[in-house]
Amino acid sequence: MTGPVPSGPVLSVRGLTRDFGPFRAVDSVSLDIRRQSITGLIGPNGAGKTTLFNMVAGALKPTKGTVALNGADITGLPSEALFARGLARTFQIPRPFRRMSVLDNVLLAPPDQTGETVVGALFRRGRMATEEARIRDKARAILDFVTLGALADHPAGKISGGQMKLLELARALMGDPTVILLDEPAAGVNPSLARILVERIEELNQRGVSFVIIEHDMDFVMRHCDPVIALAEGRVVFQGTVAEAQADPLLLEAYLGTAA
Amino acid sequence: MIGVISYLVFFATMAGILAIVVLGLNLQWGYTGLFNGGVAAFFGAGAYVTMLLGGRPEPGQFGGFLAPFPVAIVGGILFAGLIAWFFGVLTLRLRHDYLAIATFGVAIALESVARNAEWLTGGAKGLRGFPRPLEATITALGGGDNFLYGLFFLALVLAVLAAVYVGLERLTRSPYGRALRAIREDEAAARSLGKNPVRLRLESFVIGSMIMGAAGGLYVAFYAYVGPQDLAPILTFQVWAMLIVGGAGNNRGAVLGAFLIWAAWTASGFALAALAPQAMQLYTGPIQYILIGSVIVGMLLWRPQGILPEQIRQQGRN
Repeated sequence: MTGPVPSGPVLSVRGLTRDFGPFRAVDSVSLDIRRQSITGLIGPNGAGKTTLFNMVAGALKPTKGTVALNGADITGLPSEALFARGLARTFQIPRPFRRMSVLDNVLLAPPDQTGETVVGALFRRGRMATEEARIRDKARAILDFVTLGALADHPAGKISGGQMKLLELARALMGDPTVILLDEPAAGVNPSLARILVERIEELNQRGVSFVIIEHDMDFVMRHCDPVIALAEGRVVFQGTVAEAQADPLLLEAYLGTAA
Repeated sequence: MIGVISYLVFFATMAGILAIVVLGLNLQWGYTGLFNGGVAAFFGAGAYVTMLLGGRPEPGQFGGFLAPFPVAIVGGILFAGLIAWFFGVLTLRLRHDYLAIATFGVAIALESVARNAEWLTGGAKGLRGFPRPLEATITALGGGDNFLYGLFFLALVLAVLAAVYVGLERLTRSPYGRALRAIREDEAAARSLGKNPVRLRLESFVIGSMIMGAAGGLYVAFYAYVGPQDLAPILTFQVWAMLIVGGAGNNRGAVLGAFLIWAAWTASGFALAALAPQAMQLYTGPIQYILIGSVIVGMLLWRPQGILPEQIRQQGRN
């Protein structure tokens, strides 16, 4: 990261709207993600959570509205422009580069590598090798951190679904992000891996990384996220602390009842 | 004996030229997942432009500028790159199967131009007469016999092949190759990690096509001839068969596949000529097509990764 990190919200969304034909998937959503929070984003299927994520992460252009990252407008910037600015995301269904090793999946991520251009790869061999050694040390440390160190040389397509989620977190960490968007990190992950994932998220959060987590598992949200934002039919229907969420009878009835 | 050696030199020269084409396709398909269905277009573009620049002047015919061979072949390479860039910008946003159809169409269109634009391409009879690099000097050294020149030209082809191979190995075993493979595996995930698929795919497509163009330039110098049939789809299929058999995503596999398939192709031609009954002799060409189709299908069914598969751990070895 370069320059002083502003103290305001890490992400600031204003009037964000997305239409798919006549269907309005996200309808003028405005919200702030507090710096160094683990914000839970909940809501029933089809509420627009992933669409909102995709717009914030640049994978989908908004119909209307703005997104600011650390105070800078990033509305409409393509997905590939955001990683270097400190925004990383994972996917609901993990998307590892299957025919690449686990280590290569992680080595890939750092932005602006010398060897990533044709000229650099062919002619700046010395600089590339120095940089590669540094990136490799960092990648190994991060793989150890997410407990995948022993699988470094395995094809990424052959590890378990839960390990793929950890791999996506490892890839994200290579960019030293200020905020990570996690789409259902605990879904379909066996309990011991899910516990590792949560511990790592909390440790990273202690170190200053902000998280926004889409999650259907209310138990997970209530234990690990604060504050909580609820979407329904493309609109924000609740924003507040976990305590407030638990005290809100409408929210409990509408989401917590159906989610279990 | 000298006849056999002479033939082997001829065979290896052609196989070497084809191996260069296969390496170009391997960068596009093996590493980047770009389905180029018009390999012949880029090979042919390099061949025709090398001929136009370096060939002998003919009355009523454009070209024949007698440029020195290095200048002529660089012109051919640049032209192959230029058309790859032009059609790449138009089509690289397409999904794999549509890209295949679009590039196949480019090859058919160029073949049609070659067949009909007589002032430029010589039409159906093609262009003939190309002063080969250093031919007079080396033939004189060999006492007027052209065997020594054949050896020299083989060495030239193998030197280009080696240079392309080393360059591609460096490229594909670097962070650049890592990024190409990531785009091939999952474009959305690669974008979320800051990789720009449009730039990477276009570069890979253009570089691969320039390599094919270089092979076309060597081919013209070898045969001193180029015609519309050099742009025909059969070349595209042969090159694909070579890559699939050798192993996509593996440069050594690409070279191995080129030599193996070219040997099988040539041997099947000989065998059919010697063994097929008189009445069947007219059909030996189509039979060869069926054989090469069967090789592609059989390989895809039983060993889709090829003889030398892609290595999963490229940067992972310490």
